[in-house]
Amino acid sequence: MDSQIAEPDAAARIASIPIEEIDVARPSLFQNDTIGLFFDRLRAEEPVHYCRESYVGPYWSITKFDDIMALDTNHKVFSSEAKLGGIAIQDMHSVEGALELEMFIAMDPPKHDQQRKAVTPAVAPSNLQLLEPIIRKRAGEILDELPIGEDFDWVDKVAIELTTMTLATLFDFPWEERRKLTRWSDVATAAPETGIVESYEARREELIGCAMYFKTLWDERINEEPKNDLISMMAHSPATRDMPFLEFLGNLMLLIVGGNDTTRNSISGGVLALNQSPDEYAKLDADPSLISKMVPEIIRWQTPLTHMRRTALEDWEIGGKQIKKGDKVVMWYLSGNRDESAIERADQFIIDRKNPRHHLSFGYGIHRCMGNRLAELQLRIIWEEIHKRFSRVEVTGEPERLFSNLVRGITRLPVRLRAR
Amino acid sequence: MIKITFVASDGERREVEIEEGETAREAALYNDVPGIDGDCGGVCACATCHVHVDPEWIDKVGRLMHDGMEADLLQFAEGTTEYSRLACQIPMKPMLDGLVLHLPEQQY
Ligand code: FES
Repeated sequence: MDSQIAEPDAAARIASIPIEEIDVARPSLFQNDTIGLFFDRLRAEEPVHYCRESYVGPYWSITKFDDIMALDTNHKVFSSEAKLGGIAIQDMHSVEGALELEMFIAMDPPKHDQQRKAVTPAVAPSNLQLLEPIIRKRAGEILDELPIGEDFDWVDKVAIELTTMTLATLFDFPWEERRKLTRWSDVATAAPETGIVESYEARREELIGCAMYFKTLWDERINEEPKNDLISMMAHSPATRDMPFLEFLGNLMLLIVGGNDTTRNSISGGVLALNQSPDEYAKLDADPSLISKMVPEIIRWQTPLTHMRRTALEDWEIGGKQIKKGDKVVMWYLSGNRDESAIERADQFIIDRKNPRHHLSFGYGIHRCMGNRLAELQLRIIWEEIHKRFSRVEVTGEPERLFSNLVRGITRLPVRLRAR
Repeated sequence: MIKITFVASDGERREVEIEEGETAREAALYNDVPGIDGDCGGVCACATCHVHVDPEWIDKVGRLMHDGMEADLLQFAEGTTEYSRLACQIPMKPMLDGLVLHLPEQQY
């Protein structure tokens, strides 16, 4: 139901693949959006599945909601440590000369805990509410510029613009240069295969440029009165102000990366979902107060990060399977978010669910996304402003999707607006 | 039925009832008490059911155990005190009849 499948007999073909040959790591499955059919099979036939051979080596797939929850909250056995491979299906530190920033998302306690504790207050909802009026105003300005009744690409003109704008606002980043933030976020997560950077050396160069830029901002802010932006907060908070610069940079990049792709793709994913479920769009139109419930549902539906990976520190049994010490284990949030045994009518987009936040997109346990309320706040403001201006954001062509097994991205979405 | 009073950060009090064996999280959710989200479904995995136990009640409820998931999660919550607990980890029993729980200003 996610969308029309490009290849009409895909379902029959996928049903006939021997279960042990299924490899859900292939980025093309996400790009052509057949991945859901693979996960449906794994959940039904072999919810804890071992793939012996793939371009990222052997790995386990965990596909049911409850199993994912059990693993995600067992950080003593399932490690996030970068040196063991980190948090994504593709190992970190696997490429010579690639500059890897230290981020606490890829650390275990106790180091994880110290760093996370230091940064958490910066994204506390009480702080963010101070920024709401300016985010709302700037969102309105971007939306007011859009053409009515003409086809254009929603991703380029709206999703990227709004995301960049909110990031720049959160960091009080020099406004004219705000696209730098987007660029650095793309670069930080890019491997040369994606075409975003030419080589690992080129990537390194750009990230050093980014480091120097932020050093200047940090030095400025530390000498000014404290303000509400995240850099100023970190520069003045006793927990973070004496952080070694590289650690500060790692944490800062985590905030940028964490808020970039995820927000951008949720903005586009929401438009697509509403168009695929016209009854839900009608509900929204009749009652915009549903936006606060719709936002977590969009985040479930889109699942902007498809998975998180762990490395087993000891042998562990789950779902009748024996995971061995050292094994790579992938928790597929995208699959758990479609698990009927945990979420009613999981294959449908429903904007007024009773417990819309009961989804896996933010993960659970000590690594749960610390920006989760910030993400919801941004999306709520954006949808309120969209709703005020447009009676319909109509999708007029096929969406194009990102070639990635980690970021569930929409790269192009042709739309036409109807004014309210 | 066991009574619990939730006190919002602005001082507003709500008295609700819950059956023995359910937790304080359910007491809030079933009665639409705002301020307890409980995203994870009550399995001690999200820390969105943070409460401050009234000091008078803390010994009956029990203090936070220092090693364990509940403490691991609460260390990242906003505004924790020595009376902080996760409501989903407070099972209701007759000795807690009349319990008073204070809601923090923010939940996330
Ligand atoms: S409901 Fe999630 S920790 Fe209590």
